[in-house]
Amino acid sequence: MRVLVDLNRCQAYAQCAFLAPDVFVLHGGSESLLYNTQPDEGRREEVMRAVHACPVQAIMVEFEAGENGVDAVTIGGTAGRQAEGQPK
Amino acid sequence: MSGSADHSEQGRIAIVGASLAGLSAAETLRENGFRGELVLIGDEPHEPYDRPPLSKQVLLGMAAPDRVALPRRFSLDAEWRLGVAATGLDVKTKELSLADGGTVAFDKLLIATGTRARAWPNEQEAKLEGVLTLRTLEDGVEFRRLLDRKPKRVLVVGSGFTGSEVASGCRDIGLDVTVVERGELPLKNAMGGVIGEFMAEQQREHGVDLRLGVGVEALEGESGRLVRARLSDGSVVEADVAVIALGGVRDVEWLKSSGLAVGPWGVACDPGCRAFDKFGMAIDDIFVAGDVARFPHPLFDFQFVTLEHWGNAVSQGATAAHNMVSEASDRRPHLHIPNFWSNQYGLNIKSVGAPNFADQAVVTQGSLKSKRFVMAFGHQGRMCAAVAVNSPKWLEAYERLIAAAAPFPPELQAIDAPDDPQIVDPDFPAPNDKEPSPYIALTGHSPVAEYPIEASMVIPAR
Repeated sequence: MRVLVDLNRCQAYAQCAFLAPDVFVLHGGSESLLYNTQPDEGRREEVMRAVHACPVQAIMVEFEAGENGVDAVTIGGTAGRQAEGQPK
Repeated sequence: MSGSADHSEQGRIAIVGASLAGLSAAETLRENGFRGELVLIGDEPHEPYDRPPLSKQVLLGMAAPDRVALPRRFSLDAEWRLGVAATGLDVKTKELSLADGGTVAFDKLLIATGTRARAWPNEQEAKLEGVLTLRTLEDGVEFRRLLDRKPKRVLVVGSGFTGSEVASGCRDIGLDVTVVERGELPLKNAMGGVIGEFMAEQQREHGVDLRLGVGVEALEGESGRLVRARLSDGSVVEADVAVIALGGVRDVEWLKSSGLAVGPWGVACDPGCRAFDKFGMAIDDIFVAGDVARFPHPLFDFQFVTLEHWGNAVSQGATAAHNMVSEASDRRPHLHIPNFWSNQYGLNIKSVGAPNFADQAVVTQGSLKSKRFVMAFGHQGRMCAAVAVNSPKWLEAYERLIAAAAPFPPELQAIDAPDDPQIVDPDFPAPNDKEPSPYIALTGHSPVAEYPIEASMVIPAR
């Protein structure tokens, strides 16, 4: 899964850090949020709760990398040959 | 919602720049009903990824450098040409030239090529192992590799946001760090000398060896690896890693023969993100968004402003995309109020508006001493910005004051207002064309200020 937090929006309410600890961490007890950009699948439920609990809706998650569609991707050097985009 | 004219729903739209602004634009195009062909072209061989974690979570070991891909909201049904740079643009024939010799024809184009890190000016020295800039995923991977070898000392060249964050992170993981900053204070360009002084104290308190008012004259290596730096005051710093954090350079070289209004501050465009040509005329089918865009902003007397902000890349990508597929009467101006954040030295720093536009500042909440405060900034008696340190909850209120051009100093009923607030000079450096671009560059009122117009261009050929 891919996690992104809009840190302009974040106001350090820390619901995410409470609901999915270690995925979301308030650094050194300060109001700076750090998060794991690709936590394991096993944390899915906790992360989902964190997304919904954020009072400013700052968290965005794509649960299955590539679940929102895999487009044809051409990487330089293979112009003309279509290759399926692979999730990392 | 946008009018759905035939021309908006079909045809081919090309987006050059497959990063944050490009992705935001692509998603917005589909959301606004664009059903034609969508091509995204990016010079990096990666799908769009997020850069801020490279100087934070990745440095601290909380996230892997190659696992920072941006989440997608839905399938784009787009063609991606990654790892190939655009090398030219023919505005008349509406064709892009690519580095692999190919061309891409388009009906509409979005330029979102952004910035790249300014390289260390000495090519030989820049090639030394241990010397790197920190902007791309590859940089992140290399930095991780160097950090895992437990370097003796990390030298950070430049104390802007990236440099300061890197220094902070390196201290967090127990490394010795020297920061060399040419200016008199860190972050003075971005937030003024008053906050700059505060930030210098934080760096020193966290054990950073901070050298101000000096520059790095040379980086020296042995057997191809960095060993030391010679500074302009004659001193020597023994270091095996040097992060060059000297700001960004806009990726506009590929457009120099295009006839667009291009310069060191980016591609000039109108408030609806339509690119200007070198005569200042808006081109209907070519748009610009993100770090590479230079656009007039009503908050700053309609001066052209160029931002290097995450929030603007997302917002302007969306504005440009909306306008690309709208009737003229449905278009909207890009009125985004600049905002950015930085996390360093145990501080959450957030800013809204343009602090560097200010002639006055006042602490409205908290105190510098407590490391928890909000500072409001004013330009000619009106609110123009606010910077919050460890006070992330308050900025929304200040943003509303800025948008409304409320009077400065603001009248607030803050519970933590200082007893005796002092209005001070925020102490910004005088504008200087030669300095590396600050985060919010106010670049005057001319769309073509930096583009030398020769007489022969003005008089028509016929």
